[in-house]
Amino acid sequence: MSSSGGLHFKTYCMILIMVVFGPLGNVLLGKGMKNVGSAASWAPSELPHIFSSVFTSGYIWLGVASLLTFFVAYMLILSWADFSYVQPASSVAYLVVALLAYFYLGEKISPLHWAGIGVICLGVFVVGNTPPRTTEVR
Amino acid sequence: MREALFLFFVVVAGTGGELCVTRAMKHVGEVTDFRPLALVRVIFRAMKVAWMWVGLAMMTLAFFSLLALLSIENVSFVVPVTALSYAAGALGGVVFLGEHVSRRRWVGVLLVCLGVTLVWLGKR
Repeated sequence: MSSSGGLHFKTYCMILIMVVFGPLGNVLLGKGMKNVGSAASWAPSELPHIFSSVFTSGYIWLGVASLLTFFVAYMLILSWADFSYVQPASSVAYLVVALLAYFYLGEKISPLHWAGIGVICLGVFVVGNTPPRTTEVR
Repeated sequence: MREALFLFFVVVAGTGGELCVTRAMKHVGEVTDFRPLALVRVIFRAMKVAWMWVGLAMMTLAFFSLLALLSIENVSFVVPVTALSYAAGALGGVVFLGEHVSRRRWVGVLLVCLGVTLVWLGKR
């Protein structure tokens, strides 16, 4: 995989895995944490009970499994591509998160909020047209 | 106030952790063999690099802060605002990893930050 085309193909495959499993994990964690209760009112004495609620939630474990899949893909891609390329390129996940939150969780999203997500995706498009590696191979 | 503290940990510890993991993976070298056993070997090799453990510790802190933040705010708000780490990430990539960030890539990062600002304003 030393050619530029192969490097780009490998990179895009890993980004695809990241933008599916990252948002899915966050949405599942969000659903699980809403059942635990707001951290704005947590007292230190309640922490054992809160940890127990968190770690017995099926949604949390599914979210963790999704994020682990994301993390493995992330680790692999970071072995050849720049961090400053990978991190913004994976931000298309914001659109996926918003769509999942809107359709699956029923969250209300204002037009300005959608516009913000659109601008983030535009940023991703700009970043995606830069070379994935700018440093020497070790 | 708690929301701001949790967001701070998500952004700073999360970005710091990712930078450390990147440094560790660059030390391991480019992955060219994607067979399961080879991937397991890569993970074990990565676990022998100290930067990986520092990175994982920081990412653990960021993860629990994210959980706390998700219990307060909607996921469609929390996840976009954590993109504040993009600016920190690009800066960290230059300073900590010696990466060259082109002007075009900076423009992309700035657009991402502008988008985050709109998301923040759209919540009110």
